[in-house]
Amino acid sequence: MLVSHCMCVCAHMYVSHMLSLSSPNTVDVLLKAVGDTPIMKQKKWTVERSRTIQALSLFIKKFLKAEPAEQLFIYVNQSFAPSPEQDVGTLYQCFGSDGKLVLHYCKSQAWG
Amino acid sequence: MTDDRDVLRDVWFGRIPTCFTLSQDEITEREAEPYYLLLPRVSYFMLVTDKAKKHFQKVMRQEDVGEMWFEYEGLPLKWHYPIGLLFDLHASNTALPWNILVHFKNFPEKELLHCTTKDAVEAHFMSCIKEADALKHKSQVINEMQKKDHKQLWMGLQNDKFDQFWAINRKLMECPGDEGGFRYIPFRIYQPLNEKPFIQKLFRPLSPDGQPHSLGDLLKEVFPAAVPSDDEEKPYQVLIHGIEPMLETPLQWLSEHLSYPDNFLHISINHLSRD
Repeated sequence: MLVSHCMCVCAHMYVSHMLSLSSPNTVDVLLKAVGDTPIMKQKKWTVERSRTIQALSLFIKKFLKAEPAEQLFIYVNQSFAPSPEQDVGTLYQCFGSDGKLVLHYCKSQAWG
Repeated sequence: MTDDRDVLRDVWFGRIPTCFTLSQDEITEREAEPYYLLLPRVSYFMLVTDKAKKHFQKVMRQEDVGEMWFEYEGLPLKWHYPIGLLFDLHASNTALPWNILVHFKNFPEKELLHCTTKDAVEAHFMSCIKEADALKHKSQVINEMQKKDHKQLWMGLQNDKFDQFWAINRKLMECPGDEGGFRYIPFRIYQPLNEKPFIQKLFRPLSPDGQPHSLGDLLKEVFPAAVPSDDEEKPYQVLIHGIEPMLETPLQWLSEHLSYPDNFLHISINHLSRD
């Protein structure tokens, strides 16, 4: 019990480093795995608008315990890979729906 | 939209005279002469600089040659931006030729993405086209195309073949039936030295009562400082392909004619200094 509680706290701290509580400066992002790429138990994340796709990609890689050099593709609308310098807020504004931005991630190229 | 085909040609064949000089940091076996090229505005550095690369590598030892990157006045140039945009953004008010430094070491990891093959440029280019079509047609046009059509867009750009490219691209520039415009206009607004790379928002080509939106309307919405009031000297220069379009120009027309091959209108906004 104690152990699992500790793990929970650690995970929480780890996450709060990257993500903060909901505010006008944050958006809800739903992260979905594609193919045989490992899923994340927590799918919905609150992410700062100014976070870039590059930073988000590093975060997912850390979470999946993948090497930083390993490739990770992120897709919007299951169709295009946004530029790594693109920030999450802009993507949310242009491609978000129902109050969230859905991003698919994959270790190999999934869509074109 | 075919009435203004000459405009498409003029945009496609725009060139920037450029002088490449090897950085002093590089170790050479003999002195490297500068190398001159006419760069196509609509293309990307990695697609048109093979000759310059070979030229400089001739005077270097193989072990000193790392990933090539370019610098203009202390600023690493992003390979994933079209050449014309980089010029408008950083060098529009300087004398020609455009003086660019070439590096083969000390890659600026923080500023630039890596690009070791042309496949990286192709992936980026196709992603931009898909994103643009998501805005214009909810991705319907790009999704209805075949793989070979996608390839033709890329090959047309890579080989500087206007007809090959536009045979496919014109489909991406069509508007459905009587709507008189795209769903949203794919645009990006850049400022030199800005921390945030660009502004991109949803903006429709027509107002709710059906009036065409102009470039000025877009700027008023997303960058009001660039629209001068009547009695004011204009504080900013608004550039697309090196020209300052009139602010009354309909946005839909601009999107169809002055977009880069990636289907985005890349608009550069430069502060005008008064020295």
